[in-house]
Amino acid sequence: MAPSATESAGKREPWNTPQEQPYVRIEGVTKRFNDFVAVNDVSLDIYRGELFCLLGGSGCGKTTLLRMLAGFEEPSAGKIYIDGLDMNGIPPYERPVNMMFQSYALFPHMTVEQNVAFGLKMEHRSASEISDRVAAMLKLVKLGEFIKRKPHQLSGGQRQRVALARALIKQPKLLLLDEPLGALDKKLREHTQFELVNIQEQLGVTFVVVTHDQEEAMTLSTRIGVMDHGRIVQVGTPKDIYEFPNNKLVAEFIGSVNLFSGRLIEDEPDHVRISCDELDTPIFVDHGISSAPQAQLWVAVRPEKIQLSVDAPQGTQNWTRGVVQDVAYMGDTSVFLIRLASGRIVRVTRPNTLRHDDAQLTWDQTVYLQWHASSPVVVGS
Amino acid sequence: MNSLKPGLSWVRLSALVFGFAFLYVPILSLVVYSFNKSRLVTVWGGFSTEWYGKLFANEQILQAAWLSLRIAALNATCATILGTLAGFSLARFGRFRGRTLLVTLTTAPLVMPEVITGLSLLLLFVALEQAVGWPAGRGMTTITLAHITFTLSYVTVVVQSRLASLDVSLEEAAMDLGARPAKVFALITLPIIAPAVLSGWLLAFTISLDDLVITSFVAGPGASTLPMVIFSKVRLGVSPDINALATIMVALVSIGVLIAGIVMARRTNATQREMKQGDMQLAFPE
Amino acid sequence: MSGASPTLTALSRWIHALLLRCGLRGRTAVIGVPYLWLVLFFLAPFVIVLKISFSETQIAMPPYQPLVQWVGERLADIRLHINPGNYFYLWEDSLYLRAFLNSLKVATISTFFALLIAYPLAYAIARAKPAARTILLMMVVLPFWTSLLLRVYAWIGILKNNGLINNLLIWLGVIDQPIVMLQTNFAVYLGIVYSYLPFMIMPLYANLEKMDLTLLEAAADLGCRPFRAFVHITVPLSRPGIRAGCMLVFIPAVGEYVIPALLGPPDSLMIGKVLWTEFFNNRDWPVASAVAIALLLILVAPIVYLQRAQARDATGAS
Repeated sequence: MAPSATESAGKREPWNTPQEQPYVRIEGVTKRFNDFVAVNDVSLDIYRGELFCLLGGSGCGKTTLLRMLAGFEEPSAGKIYIDGLDMNGIPPYERPVNMMFQSYALFPHMTVEQNVAFGLKMEHRSASEISDRVAAMLKLVKLGEFIKRKPHQLSGGQRQRVALARALIKQPKLLLLDEPLGALDKKLREHTQFELVNIQEQLGVTFVVVTHDQEEAMTLSTRIGVMDHGRIVQVGTPKDIYEFPNNKLVAEFIGSVNLFSGRLIEDEPDHVRISCDELDTPIFVDHGISSAPQAQLWVAVRPEKIQLSVDAPQGTQNWTRGVVQDVAYMGDTSVFLIRLASGRIVRVTRPNTLRHDDAQLTWDQTVYLQWHASSPVVVGS
Repeated sequence: MNSLKPGLSWVRLSALVFGFAFLYVPILSLVVYSFNKSRLVTVWGGFSTEWYGKLFANEQILQAAWLSLRIAALNATCATILGTLAGFSLARFGRFRGRTLLVTLTTAPLVMPEVITGLSLLLLFVALEQAVGWPAGRGMTTITLAHITFTLSYVTVVVQSRLASLDVSLEEAAMDLGARPAKVFALITLPIIAPAVLSGWLLAFTISLDDLVITSFVAGPGASTLPMVIFSKVRLGVSPDINALATIMVALVSIGVLIAGIVMARRTNATQREMKQGDMQLAFPE
Repeated sequence: MSGASPTLTALSRWIHALLLRCGLRGRTAVIGVPYLWLVLFFLAPFVIVLKISFSETQIAMPPYQPLVQWVGERLADIRLHINPGNYFYLWEDSLYLRAFLNSLKVATISTFFALLIAYPLAYAIARAKPAARTILLMMVVLPFWTSLLLRVYAWIGILKNNGLINNLLIWLGVIDQPIVMLQTNFAVYLGIVYSYLPFMIMPLYANLEKMDLTLLEAAADLGCRPFRAFVHITVPLSRPGIRAGCMLVFIPAVGEYVIPALLGPPDSLMIGKVLWTEFFNNRDWPVASAVAIALLLILVAPIVYLQRAQARDATGAS
């Protein structure tokens, strides 16, 4: 089942290859609970070997969508196909899908070994096969010595690995993970993120991860699907989502962003110019925008794309003047809050590349903000 | 009630003392007077265990006790099975058709005055006997059937509340790993809720052993349970061999409660010790 | 364990499919079995009681006339013996009315006193240190598991004229004539409060134990004295527990038989005793049934109230 040493899906980019068939196809799926619509007409294609993240705040429907993939909920409308098979009416114990639960859901009355072996026992495998595979899997997640322990004797991180081992041992076509790193502290989380990606690439299993943590989504995924109020708002690689958000919501959800409201004054195929009342010069974007623009637009500029200088810039666009209101030293970067003449606060981040910066910016200092023409992104609302 | 800290304040202490005195003085008086030599139970005539001897020589009481124990055991087993099914349905099956009625049917017997339940069951048995010839006459069968009917509510309540606090994701995880619902129940749910099921069994057993009113209605001429015998004796006045019987029962219950308490305490302590072990692992990672 | 026998699996699959086609899922059986039992042995009997409450007594076994009787050979020769007279009899003979009212009165007063005694006890246990709490709970539970009949019997020995209390008071010289306590209404109140006390303590304790103590800390922080905090915060929050406890005591107490029979006066008017007497002593099954139906009607309101309240508390808590 597991493909041997295939190139990871992240490098292959199967979603851009026309002849590649999606492994998981979600078609127009809606889920209603009485009057409440949890998932609203969602369509999504997930390819083999991907590590796909469903990202969104609480109540956006991502967990409901995951549970429909697992079989714990049936869609009110629409279809779900896994490896070409229609999953309609198929109960969870008959799907080629396994899930790692947010609470891990380890069986408290069973040892680690029994927990991990459970899925294989349900397949009526021989005792020797079971013990071999369990040992191999526990070695993979580095839990070999804890084989006889019970869940309450393990730490949070260890329990998480048991849950992962238990779900992976059946070599499912699809592995679903519900907020897998939520219960871990920051250091452990970073460490586990990379381990998770490694295991996924090693085994070649398709992962679908649900998370509300955008950093996690950015680290783990080959692609991200941003959800809000039951709908998929944007699907793309982490870079796509970050650099080219579709709309205001996605732009604000991932990382921090400065959004400027402006009026379109020039609209050409290769560039657009937008006038913004809050800025001293117009914004010049060096690519055309595809959607039919309204007169009123939002332009997103990421904090790290803005440069600060004490000298006034030469050009007639893409810069503005402001006063340093606040500086926060974060270790690897510094965060500046700059107040513009209009009273608007712009957030700028700068890496601390030099230990001693003679051109140190301080509070109440007048600075100039400028950015490259490729940095602004016009964003729908 | 004048302190937010846990522990004793004089108000709470006096509440505890008076409350428990009220609860226990009657029980203690039973025990003390069972050793009273004098037949006039409340006039102390010296220490004696002769009433215990008289108790064990009393054929009527022994027969009744044996009958009661058999009925109680049979009843407890059936009530536990039925009550577990009902409790599981109410806790896990969400809103199904007829759920409200099932809730009413399982909770009403808990509060219904026993005279009503007893009368209605007897009339049912009489009508059944007329219609289909079964049950033939009143006796152990009718008593057991009656007991099952009202003790199953207690088991339902215990099982349902235990299941409500059991994380559903454990059962979902088992299903996700390929276990069909029946296997999930047998391998995952039941082992975890076993203590609750056991306490349901004990509850049904005790209630059946002690029941008087319903049993009186549905019992026949030949069947006399222990409570019926006790009742007919004490209506006539105090009787020291009953005190002896009471002492034995109190002793058995006390031992049972003590064992249960020790087992539960050991479990929590062991779990806490092991959890501390797990936390240590976190501090000193592998 | 190698794979199960293939024929067995195939057979079970076939049966499964067959049952599914008949609309019988595993779920139906799980719900159905206890349901069926309860409908047959709990619900159906009430219908029979209702039916018999409309019939007349006769010297026979069973001692009541059937509702429908063929007196001839033709289909039309059916005679219906519906006699609502039993209910009129209940209404006319003031005994029954007085018994109902007295039972309600006794139950209400007993419930009140049970609450008065149980609340401080439950509160003290809930606020005790966790280790002590377990032991105290065990001590509350122990009487609950001991035979009710025997505990009521114990009171006979305590309350009678040469019983424990009287002997003690005479020995202390407080009185020289024994106080009559047994076979009085006072003894009935005492008996009911005593027997049902654990039923009042449990829901109260369950509620008080779950209470968020930081609410009291917040109150203290805002300048509220402890007793006022108790009255304005603790008591209102414990209302679900109070409600449950009161219903668990009141409803069965109305129809109580054993306690009035053993501790009460011989002419005590408790409806449970009346029903018993009608049934066993007078062998008047129809009247006894009418009494039962009347009692049930009176209790329907509190029973429904209790179930609604419990359902509300369950959804509120989750």
